[in-house]
Amino acid sequence: MDKKNVRGFLEFVYDFYKSMKAHEITLVYEGEITHQITKAFTSLTESNMAKEEESNSVQKKVFHVMVECLQNISKHADSFGSDDFLFAGRGIFMVSKGEDDYHVTTGNVIENSKIDELSRILDNINQLDKEGLKQLYKTQMREGRLSEKGGAGLGFIDIARKTGRKLEYHFLPIDEETHFFILTSTISRNG
Amino acid sequence: METIKIMGTDDTPTVILDAENDIFEISGRSLPEDVTAFYDPILNWLDEYASSPNTKTAFNFKLVYFNTASSKLLLDILMKLEQMHEDGKDVVVKWFYPEDDEDMQEAGEEYADIVDVPFEQIGYTLN
Repeated sequence: MDKKNVRGFLEFVYDFYKSMKAHEITLVYEGEITHQITKAFTSLTESNMAKEEESNSVQKKVFHVMVECLQNISKHADSFGSDDFLFAGRGIFMVSKGEDDYHVTTGNVIENSKIDELSRILDNINQLDKEGLKQLYKTQMREGRLSEKGGAGLGFIDIARKTGRKLEYHFLPIDEETHFFILTSTISRNG
Repeated sequence: METIKIMGTDDTPTVILDAENDIFEISGRSLPEDVTAFYDPILNWLDEYASSPNTKTAFNFKLVYFNTASSKLLLDILMKLEQMHEDGKDVVVKWFYPEDDEDMQEAGEEYADIVDVPFEQIGYTLN
């Protein structure tokens, strides 16, 4: 890098740092989500929460939500085109900690053709109350099949049940074939 | 028949299936990388065991955490026990949960609703 680029890069690093601080981000990752990554992130977050004496129930909820979010990406993030596996199992993963809540955010590329189906699943979960979610989980466990990659279609329902909140999601357009799917789960720190 | 003894790790449970000594237990954490590969030998073992089980089978679940993919395989195990019960065998499921863990207790209640097999819920204190 020449001098000008070095300076630009250093500024970027510092801005990135400030931006992470401003958004209270404690963990951010972009890349392939593997089982090893899932284990590393959950154990890191677990030990941080234990250090900060977060309550058991909050620790468990954050752990549950992290595992399901990470597995969603590793099992579902799209690979598309015949030889373009650049996006398979990849995505961005973030954990942030505010005064009152933890936020677990994932983002990954999805094909436009899958948006309707995904929205339908998420909206269906969002219109259910606690009892409805419980019934849906039971039905899905009984009747759902494990996909080739081991997805059981239970992850989103579990996140909604553990957080006690609606699934907050958005699709941002990337190009004519794909969107960026963002899901944010919020876990209250007050039990 | 053969005994299954799998020592638990931070992502797989301890599994002991020992017909000779009457021990049937799954405990610890379950989020294996490949749930099917992990649980298949257990399900196959139960198939074989069901053909000539002990007079009484008490199957202990003592899990502290399982992911949603595992929840489906746990149901598969419970359904095998249900089948044995329906075939007139003496089977009881013992679901242990840490006393302060409502979610684990509720998971047990949900399984008890789904499968038709004698089901005991037992709270315990950690330490």
